[in-house]
Amino acid sequence: MASMVNLTIDGKNFQAEEGKNLMLVAKENGIFIPSLCYYEHIEPPLGSCRVCTCKINGKYGPACTEKVSEGLKVEVNNEELKDTRKALVEMMFAEGNHICPACEKSGNCDLQHMGYELGVSSTRFPHLFKDRIIDYKPNRMVMEHNRCIKCLRCVVEVVTNDGKKVFNYLNRGNETYVGVDYEQEAKLTEEEAINAMKICPTGAIIVRGANMAEPFGDRKFDMESVQKNYNEKKPKLNRPTAMEKKIVATVSLAGCFGCHMSMLDIDTELLDLIELISFDKSPLTDIKTFTNRCHIGLVEGGCCNSENVETLRKFREHCDILVALGECSIWGGLPSMRNSIPLSECLEEAYLNSVTNEPGNNIIPYHEDLPKILDRVYACNEIVKIDYYIPGCPPDANHIWKAVKNLLWGEEYSILYSEFKYD
Amino acid sequence: MADDTVKKFKEPGQTQMLNKLWELQRSNGYIHDDDIKQLAQVFNLSEIEVEGVASFYHFFHRKPTGKNTIYLNNSIVADIKGFNRIKETLERETGATFGSVDRTGTFGLFLTPCIGLSDQEPSALINFYPFTNLNVIKVKDIISKLKKGATAESICDAPADNIRYTPPDNKSVFFKKFVPGVALAKMKKLWPAAVIKEIKKSELAGRGGAYYPTWKKWNAARVQAALPKFVVCNADEGEPGTFKDRVLMNTQAKSLIEGMIICGYTIGAEYGIIYLRGEYWWLKHKLDAAIKEYRAAGLLGKECSQIKDFDFDIRVQMGAGSYVCGEETALLESLEGKRGEPRTKWFFPVEKGYLQLPTVINNVETFCAAARIIEMGSAEYTQLGIPGSPGTKLISVSGDCKLPGIYEIEWGMTVAELLELCEADDPYYIQVSGPSGECISIKEKFRRISMLDLLARKDIRCGGSFMIFNKQRDLVKVLLNFSEFFKQESCGICTPCRAGNFIIQRKLKRLENGLANETDLQELKSWGTIMKNTSRCGLGKTATNSLIYAMDKFHDYFAAKLDNDFNGLNLKFDMEAATKDYEKYKI
Ligand SMILES: Cc1cc2nc3c(=O)[nH]c(=O)nc-3n(C[C@H](O)[C@H](O)[C@H](O)COP(=O)(O)O)c2cc1C
Ligand code: SF4
Ligand code: SF4
Ligand code: SF4
Ligand code: FES
Repeated sequence: MASMVNLTIDGKNFQAEEGKNLMLVAKENGIFIPSLCYYEHIEPPLGSCRVCTCKINGKYGPACTEKVSEGLKVEVNNEELKDTRKALVEMMFAEGNHICPACEKSGNCDLQHMGYELGVSSTRFPHLFKDRIIDYKPNRMVMEHNRCIKCLRCVVEVVTNDGKKVFNYLNRGNETYVGVDYEQEAKLTEEEAINAMKICPTGAIIVRGANMAEPFGDRKFDMESVQKNYNEKKPKLNRPTAMEKKIVATVSLAGCFGCHMSMLDIDTELLDLIELISFDKSPLTDIKTFTNRCHIGLVEGGCCNSENVETLRKFREHCDILVALGECSIWGGLPSMRNSIPLSECLEEAYLNSVTNEPGNNIIPYHEDLPKILDRVYACNEIVKIDYYIPGCPPDANHIWKAVKNLLWGEEYSILYSEFKYD
Repeated sequence: MADDTVKKFKEPGQTQMLNKLWELQRSNGYIHDDDIKQLAQVFNLSEIEVEGVASFYHFFHRKPTGKNTIYLNNSIVADIKGFNRIKETLERETGATFGSVDRTGTFGLFLTPCIGLSDQEPSALINFYPFTNLNVIKVKDIISKLKKGATAESICDAPADNIRYTPPDNKSVFFKKFVPGVALAKMKKLWPAAVIKEIKKSELAGRGGAYYPTWKKWNAARVQAALPKFVVCNADEGEPGTFKDRVLMNTQAKSLIEGMIICGYTIGAEYGIIYLRGEYWWLKHKLDAAIKEYRAAGLLGKECSQIKDFDFDIRVQMGAGSYVCGEETALLESLEGKRGEPRTKWFFPVEKGYLQLPTVINNVETFCAAARIIEMGSAEYTQLGIPGSPGTKLISVSGDCKLPGIYEIEWGMTVAELLELCEADDPYYIQVSGPSGECISIKEKFRRISMLDLLARKDIRCGGSFMIFNKQRDLVKVLLNFSEFFKQESCGICTPCRAGNFIIQRKLKRLENGLANETDLQELKSWGTIMKNTSRCGLGKTATNSLIYAMDKFHDYFAAKLDNDFNGLNLKFDMEAATKDYEKYKI
């Protein structure tokens, strides 16, 4: 048996077998270190996602490629490290094109799960909107390159009986993607193919016909955090005695009104709320122009045309606090699916080549009274300063109102793990 | 005794992958689908794996590259020396556009980062032969000759060495006359442990830029039990602005070989490999000829240098266009015929390196220095330089100066002295050790160049190059050139570098277009720091170095680029640019 060594994690002493992977040691001792590429039985570990970055003997490094040794000093949870790891998860969302409500893996996806655990409500990075294909050529699989985080798991783990790779990286730099060997893929058994899909931490590898649909609440990452202290702050209703009435404005820009529908989802509580707030400009009141300065503005949707930009600017001028509500507002969301395609192609497809066009009516609308369509969908924070983000597609009603009540009256709530979702 | 009883060890087939791909690339101008199939069969791999290797290296193409394949260097030094005019001229004269081949298939035009000729820019490689100091007339002449059927080989230039300075009073370490065998004879009188002691006394540290003590690396490899062991010379010299290894190999191939033999003797290795960057094909015959000469003289091969039980031979392996392959573990992967992806730190190369066997990897200059130290003795060597940083260092100088070239300085020289020697022209911004190094402002010209005090930031540790820029040069343009370089050259295996470099470039473009504000600068700094702390290898860790330093050292310059009307709420948004595509449909 290997000898035991002493190490410290965040100042606490632990004992572990010498040479054991630090990631495992932390896990066995109930310490959560985020990870995405780490897969227990792959050795040497992949070390590609960097989401497990800690400080090891004073130096930054991934926990998953560290063997424990005598006297090892590990820092996991200081503010800087937490922020750094969160940034890496954000970077993956910014790099790929992740539309969770449309994804087969949603609810069972490790990337999404890390987003939940680390509280990623928006990415600090601009979304890259790189044009990526969906590869339908493999026999049994569909390769959704928009969702691949290049973790290397499939490249290393999925091999045929005669030891040949089915997946491999192609190109390099930000052009890197995981190519599929069609010939070898065809040799996989159904079970092996499904295993490949399971190994993939995201929804990039999909096996045709394999049903993954599960109701919300039953999926792997829906309800419970893996962290013991996910909600450190318990709700303490320190409701101020006199609650001043507040003015709220809302708008749906390039959105689907789903976020507005979700706002109404708090049922009877809505009656209490209506006593405390009045709506100014909002589709809920049909007030078209601002009549008052507002305490808070809730913006659904991003900007896809010039009018969206002007409206958003008006909101910024008239609201003390501006909140981006839902994925479209936060980074573009569903409408931004067009962002990797040139505008002309989109317009021509919709107005000229569409089969449902009335004959002789093939024209792309343009009039000085019509808003101008932008080259791509812009996130609200590319146009004005956004103060807060409420994620979700749509966001959970409780999440919305807890956040708004906190912002308006300082009431303390904790957002439950099950309320913080991207779909 | 028959030779094959000695050569029990056989390198696996895949180690020949790059050579095979090169053969196909050089004879057909590209790698055909059938070639991929065939190679997969030969090496018993899946096709996607072969494709993965071929697509990693930018000198391998999957489409024809023309009878004359032209690679024009787009480094920042080339840029300030007239890159744009050469680019236009090439397009006009050949009828091809960059990234493609002309209609007749005679010329293919491609861009490539620094080709190690920064002292004679603009420069290009045509069928991997060098063409230097290009101007419009020269380009026209070259193209017309090629059109008439001349071969690139017959009309190429022999790049000058441009050794501008060596320490006075014959104190040159690297460039004094080298008599083959002298260092080896001295070595023979020493036990391996004594060689290590000599190297230790000389305080020689890795000249590839990391300055890891050479003796420690050799000693760690020496004590490994696994056999055989390998000595690898890193001649990838990919850092833009650096060309010292080129000049060493061109003039001192023999001291390099002896340095490798000394290392092999010390650690008990059987094989030496020089990993030469694809940009230096034209230097290969020099190395091959020197190796042959050493073999003929019995200084390489079986019972090499008449040392009992010491068999040591050297071969040259060509790289194929990838900066990251200079990173030692990526280099090992590349030697094994794989994609040049750096390994994790799970094992060190001295324990498990090439083919998972003990391997020492050193830079060209490190080996040359080691040979000279054994030749002259560490006592004499340490007379040079300054205490704590003995010896001399080669520096490649380029950019805005009258005398670009190689400067062998004694450690301890100041930046100001070097600038004076090379007759720098109104220097303002100096990039030390290439894009991954650090930038300094002319205000720091009294700092010394040494291996010391990295943390105290008094001295500057130089990996081997000075790129000098005068006040007319646009700093953001320089930084954008660097960020494009890192974006292209990232191996793509880890998130912070693969995505981060792309993101940083986007942000820099905002700055260039006057859309950025102070927050953007803070974000650049913070994001750059995250990349530094989390990237897997040195490429990602250092990619934002210069940017971070530059924002501090040239703050006024950056401040002048910012959006001054920013009120904290409405961000600058270029509506005209955003609606330009739609305006095409105006009736
Ligand atoms: C991205 C990257 C590129 C590198 N390129 C080179 C190179 O071209 N030549 C070199 O000698 N070292 C290069 N290095 C440094 C090597 O990893 C390694 O430290 C060096 O070869 C060790 O030799 P030394 O101890 O003699 O310096 C590079 C490192 C990184 C991270
Ligand atoms: S569920 Fe996962 S893979 Fe699918 S879109 Fe969301 S983050 Fe991406
Ligand atoms: S396809 Fe899935 S398993 Fe493969 S690299 Fe991408 S994310 Fe990882
Ligand atoms: S830092 Fe860049 S070059 Fe290095 S391993 Fe990561 S992606 Fe590859
Ligand atoms: S989990 Fe450690 S690098 Fe991915």
